[in-house]
Amino acid sequence: MKSQKKSKMIVDGTIYTFLTIGLVFVLLPFIWMLSTSLKQLNETFTTRIKFIPDKIMWSNYLEVWRLLPFGRFFLNSSIVSVTVTVLQLFLCSMAAFAFSRLKWPGRDSVFLLYLAAMMIPGQVILIPNFLMIKLLGGIDTYWGVIVPQLFSVFGTFLLRQFFLTIPAELEEAAIIDGCGYFKIYRSIILPLSKPGLAALGVFAFMFSWNNFLWPLVVLNKEFMFTLPIGILSFQGQFSTNWPLMMAGACQAMLPILIIYAVGQRYFMEGISLTGFANA
Amino acid sequence: MLSKKKALLIAACFLAPHFIGFLIFLLLPVLETFAISLLDWNMITQPKFVGFKNYVYMLTNDIFFRKAMINTVYYTAGSVIIITVTSLVIALMLNHVKKYSTFFRTMYFVPNVSSLVAVALIWGWMYNSDFGLINNILRVIGISDPPGWLTDIRWSMPAVILMSSWTQIGFFTVIFLAGLQNIPRHVYEAAEIDGGRKFRIFFNITLPLLRPTTFFVLIMVVINSFQVFEQSYVLTKGGPAFSTTTAVMYIYYKAFRDQEMGYASALSWGLFLCIFIVTLAQITVQKRWFYYEGRD
Repeated sequence: MKSQKKSKMIVDGTIYTFLTIGLVFVLLPFIWMLSTSLKQLNETFTTRIKFIPDKIMWSNYLEVWRLLPFGRFFLNSSIVSVTVTVLQLFLCSMAAFAFSRLKWPGRDSVFLLYLAAMMIPGQVILIPNFLMIKLLGGIDTYWGVIVPQLFSVFGTFLLRQFFLTIPAELEEAAIIDGCGYFKIYRSIILPLSKPGLAALGVFAFMFSWNNFLWPLVVLNKEFMFTLPIGILSFQGQFSTNWPLMMAGACQAMLPILIIYAVGQRYFMEGISLTGFANA
Repeated sequence: MLSKKKALLIAACFLAPHFIGFLIFLLLPVLETFAISLLDWNMITQPKFVGFKNYVYMLTNDIFFRKAMINTVYYTAGSVIIITVTSLVIALMLNHVKKYSTFFRTMYFVPNVSSLVAVALIWGWMYNSDFGLINNILRVIGISDPPGWLTDIRWSMPAVILMSSWTQIGFFTVIFLAGLQNIPRHVYEAAEIDGGRKFRIFFNITLPLLRPTTFFVLIMVVINSFQVFEQSYVLTKGGPAFSTTTAVMYIYYKAFRDQEMGYASALSWGLFLCIFIVTLAQITVQKRWFYYEGRD
């Protein structure tokens, strides 16, 4: 018994050691980003490994805002991501309600079409969507970036899975009381689905905040850039000014890291809800 | 109960806003891309119908497309191996220790949620051949002449693969972990009573029972990898010497730099078919594997 306990301790110890080494690999780029972002420029031109800067340059963080319309990028990203999130929650929950709580002929075939559409790679619909948005005058506008991101199949699927877990008795009682379906959706299903809505909210916001290819295609003017496109223009403007580039990258990343820290429980729930996890 | 007609009407009211957008921005564009792929069109002159000429050119004459496809397959192969093996190993470790496993899982996931562009900027700096962190570390451990990661055609693709895998491993660890937790405890208990050794239990029980999850991960990684774009777009702009230009990046350049909308659409459809066939092949292999399994 004793030797068994001992060997378990050795195994566990080894595993924790490896997990910690893994953690270092995961965090090292972030730490390096933070470290570089606080250095003076000439401190980066060295082959010595140094994590703590001689002089902490908080001013780098402000400098980025001065040199680039960084505030504008933030504003653009916020407008786009918040709108996409709110409207996705609305549109997807309505559709999910029709797919889960209503019985109608043809429901399952339409849903199958939705599931199949999840397999469509983004690049195959890029060109027609660009041409359409261009035709409608949506280049360099908020709505041009936002609208094609609204009709998430994944979001509908996620919420449908969640709505299916709500027992039917509640709405049956409501129907007998003479409730309309919109009232059932609004006053019963939505309030009971807060964790599901939160999961989709976190997903939608992150996808939209980090979305790159579509904004890259529809946004040409700098004052309309979202953050990913905006910080990409660092490369051109700062070329080898690594401290400024890292200060910018750090600030662009911060909102999403905060949201992840707060909402990671919903995030993991969303992953298991969509059956990703038990495929 | 509601009449069929009324039920349909109510459902339509709820579904319509989403469904109309779904049709316009997702379903129809797949067909539109195909229609455009039959045109010769540069957005300036009148589009001209050319039939399958774009496809013929793509398959027979376009050496850049061929190179981009080879790069994409290289990237996919590398990613599949690194991501699947690493995330499986991490998931096994997390599943074993239980304590603090949520903490590690949460931390390992962080690269996945971070903006890919920001991440690529960081790695671009770490890969810097003169002053980057990676080469500085390599010099410390005695490699006096470390490679120019993003400037040497032999190392550029491995560099892209490494960075990209770093962002994805956390996600697939979570998936593997959930798969492991779905294996019922009593299966292990029975094996332990039978005196099965640890590594035999792993190969004879854990791995076979984990097969559905593994296949799911493989399919996801392959689909994602075939569509790789941002990673090399930010890190290397496709260079040096075309060595990291991927299929989607080539499509992007053809469409939005060269304005060859017809040809770019044909490329999109070609890639779409490619992904479709590879996925189908994977599913077929999986089914056959299960079938033989069942007959034993």
